[in-house]
Amino acid sequence: MAIADIRTRTGYLFLAVVLGHILLISAQVNSRSGVPVLESVTFGLFSEVQRVVFGVTSGVRNVWTGYVGLRRVKQENDALKAQLSEAQIALQAQRALADRARGLEQLLQLRDRTTLETSAAQIIGAAATPDFRTVTIDKGTEAGLRVDMAIIAPAGVVGRVVVASRRAAKVQLLIDRNAAAGAIIERSRAQGVVIGGGDERLLLEYMSEGFDVAVGDEVVTSGIDGIYPKGLVIGKVDDVEKAGAAYRRISVRPAVNFSTLEEVLVVMSPTPTRESAAGGSGSHE
Amino acid sequence: MRAVGVFLAVTLSLALQTTLARFLARGNVAVDLVLVAVVYVALTSGPVTGLFCGAIAGLIQDALSSGLIGIGGLAKTVVGFLAGIIGTQFIVTHSLPRFVVFFGATAVHAAIFMGLYILLDLRHFDAPYAAVARQALANAIVGVIAFQLVELLPGVVERRRDARGRLRR
Repeated sequence: MAIADIRTRTGYLFLAVVLGHILLISAQVNSRSGVPVLESVTFGLFSEVQRVVFGVTSGVRNVWTGYVGLRRVKQENDALKAQLSEAQIALQAQRALADRARGLEQLLQLRDRTTLETSAAQIIGAAATPDFRTVTIDKGTEAGLRVDMAIIAPAGVVGRVVVASRRAAKVQLLIDRNAAAGAIIERSRAQGVVIGGGDERLLLEYMSEGFDVAVGDEVVTSGIDGIYPKGLVIGKVDDVEKAGAAYRRISVRPAVNFSTLEEVLVVMSPTPTRESAAGGSGSHE
Repeated sequence: MRAVGVFLAVTLSLALQTTLARFLARGNVAVDLVLVAVVYVALTSGPVTGLFCGAIAGLIQDALSSGLIGIGGLAKTVVGFLAGIIGTQFIVTHSLPRFVVFFGATAVHAAIFMGLYILLDLRHFDAPYAAVARQALANAIVGVIAFQLVELLPGVVERRRDARGRLRR
């Protein structure tokens, strides 16, 4: 006879109390990536649920778009072919311009914008609560992702990895209230920090009084935060409020439409600042 | 009534531990009076009371120390539960079995406590076996003495009352 049968009420009670303690401990301990273990494990499990739900919904959507929604494809196809021809002509012109620019860049030795090594990932889930602007992507540590890697889209900056499980990662969008990025106004070279507004808007803060900021100015990453590579498009200034000489509020419209994002690129190559920080902390690991 | 007794035992052991700890700690020998109280309660009251007593006592101890809250609680929960089961399944009325239970409980407690800290890469314990053995021995001695005292106390009071009655007559 066993000393104690765990299937009794006492056994369940014991398991519940032990589980409570484990949760309590997990909430206080950070994993190797610096994220609390509880959050890491919960996210890892929930991302699998999101993966399944995404698989089902995308399957249904594929059936719809692949069979049901193929009615005006012929007309669309013709229109697209025409567009493609125009684009190819434009591409030729752009290529010529790019060659000229590259030549000038080499001439001036301004090659600080190194080629970014990226990896494509698909968004498989959104945040569990509307208070946080995060998304889940289908790639994790297995694919080489790490915390604080920058996430970009063709239009511009998306956010950064905050939790990375084996097969998924949580991305904090730049519009999240806790998100920030070093920014620079491309026209005037004025530096500041772009902060998420919690909605679909960004705020540009810590701007010097002496610099000129105007509506329509393009805002790009400055690279000083060590997360986002220098020169990536953040958005455009769409509102400037001044109080005397000082800027009271500078609003930036993000270049990326976060509500329609489906695929993103993870910047795998380290930024110079991140690389030096990793090199400096290497002895602690 | 039992809850009050458990509460008193935990409070008293905590009070003693926090006030007398510096006197009890001699070199590497540090008696854990709270653990002794938990094992005592578990042996006398069963696994449910033992696990709750262990959880509460451990959590209070964790909160008072600078470590992670929950590690001591978990260790004492397991110890309280196991000691309670042993108390209900075996006859533990003699000093030797009690000594073994207190000794084993301390070893299990140390294994869980240190194991969790090592697992979480928060602390390192250099060859703790001798220190754990000494603490287990000390806890076992204190535990057995505590049992004897508590069991002797009602008899002593009764004998004194009888003696007073005889004198009056």
